[in-house]
Amino acid sequence: MARRTPLFAIHQAAGARMVDFGGWDMPLQFDSLIAEHHAVRRAAGVFDVSHMCVVDLEGAGVRPLLEQLLANDVGRLTVPGKALYGCLLNERGGVIDDLIVFHLAEQWFRAVVNAGTRAKDLDWIRRHAAPFGVSVRERTDLAMLAVQGPQARSSVAAQLAPQAAARALTLGAFVGAEIDGWFVSRTGYTGEDGFEIMLPAAEAGPLWHALTAAGVVACGLGARDTLRLEAGMNLYGSDMDEDTTPLESGLDWTVALTPGRAFIGREALEAQRARGVDRKLVGLLLEERGVLRAHQRVIGADGGTGEITSGTFSPTLERSIALARIPAAAHGTVQVEVRGKRLTARLVRPPFVRGGKSLIG
Amino acid sequence: MSKVPSDLKYTRTHEWLRTRPDGTVEVGITDHAQHALGDLVFVEVPQAGRSVAAGEPFAVIESVKAASDVYAPLAGEVIEGNPALESAPETLNTDPYGEGWLARVRPTGAPGALLSAAEYEQLTSEEGD
Repeated sequence: MARRTPLFAIHQAAGARMVDFGGWDMPLQFDSLIAEHHAVRRAAGVFDVSHMCVVDLEGAGVRPLLEQLLANDVGRLTVPGKALYGCLLNERGGVIDDLIVFHLAEQWFRAVVNAGTRAKDLDWIRRHAAPFGVSVRERTDLAMLAVQGPQARSSVAAQLAPQAAARALTLGAFVGAEIDGWFVSRTGYTGEDGFEIMLPAAEAGPLWHALTAAGVVACGLGARDTLRLEAGMNLYGSDMDEDTTPLESGLDWTVALTPGRAFIGREALEAQRARGVDRKLVGLLLEERGVLRAHQRVIGADGGTGEITSGTFSPTLERSIALARIPAAAHGTVQVEVRGKRLTARLVRPPFVRGGKSLIG
Repeated sequence: MSKVPSDLKYTRTHEWLRTRPDGTVEVGITDHAQHALGDLVFVEVPQAGRSVAAGEPFAVIESVKAASDVYAPLAGEVIEGNPALESAPETLNTDPYGEGWLARVRPTGAPGALLSAAEYEQLTSEEGD
């Protein structure tokens, strides 16, 4: 039996098409996936992301714990509210999960991890937290909404009391704050400005109704996927997993190999870097008609092969885009095997779209 | 509730057939099918002159999320694929029984078991809409 978010009945009443995602019964789309996508690029959309797993880590040893668990440097979090994106790695440097961690107070951090990896993440974090005396508490009492798009912040502010609204509107990028009992952060997974709001489960329905009544478009996971792919953001389980390292996943920028830092997987990453990283994750732009899909074979000019990890039709660019893992030497154009034909695609550096604008020359 | 025009014939795989005055048969996908697939973004129609067997995949339609085959509901020779769908695949969503036709076929044999509108409606109500 799939799990349900506090908004399940609302989605069902709205006629959403539901789908199993990471063990949760989630809305794939409400009316039109493409209309939902454009609403986020041009105005504002709201997503139910209550399936995401929120974990509070508290105790005097929380910083040393996160130093050990995260490939990114938690030492960068010096100001309360600031968020950091990074990966949990295994000893082989493979990605157990990607996550965002918020610095709430000196001994209190909050991680947001993927729904599909919840059990193994909690197990991994608890196992390592014990020696540090850090408590690990899953916040199943919270729901989470993502409000995204150029009008997202003003739409949310309109639902808040004047002082709270003013506070929310001062939040900088990748910063969150507790505002009137809600944790509001300027984060997201769409390449647009906006907020993610963690709030008591019972308050999620009223906020959802208020936002949609004010014209914010209800969006499902289908649009979330096309938006994140246009924004060049990886999806765990598709674009990276326990058998790929951040260095092979376009996530070098999340790995802090500062001298003296010891984190799980560091030795494996350094060994990989020393002998040379032979695969890379790139963006592909299809030069012909058709749609790139995950697992299609990619053939480089020199015959080296790779595979598409995520592919879709880009509603903004009106052509197909993908992320693909291919030999590090590949450049220029590649061929992709699409339904028995070889189609030409061009390597591009993600993101494809940012802030509503095409970044493809 | 999806539309099921009473003057057409249907297949269990959600194609419709319309026999035209010249004896050729126009083929498309049903309103139920387009709704289930969602926003369509790519259509590959069969080339004129191609011979198809009944039940053979002869067109591809892709939504944002997935690709699906369309099966020839009868054996015949393709007279033409709908050229308008190349640049406007969304026509399949907006007008599946009209401007969204996929192909016109000259039959070379009798069609297989086809469903009446009432039978097709029954089928889709059993599958859920």
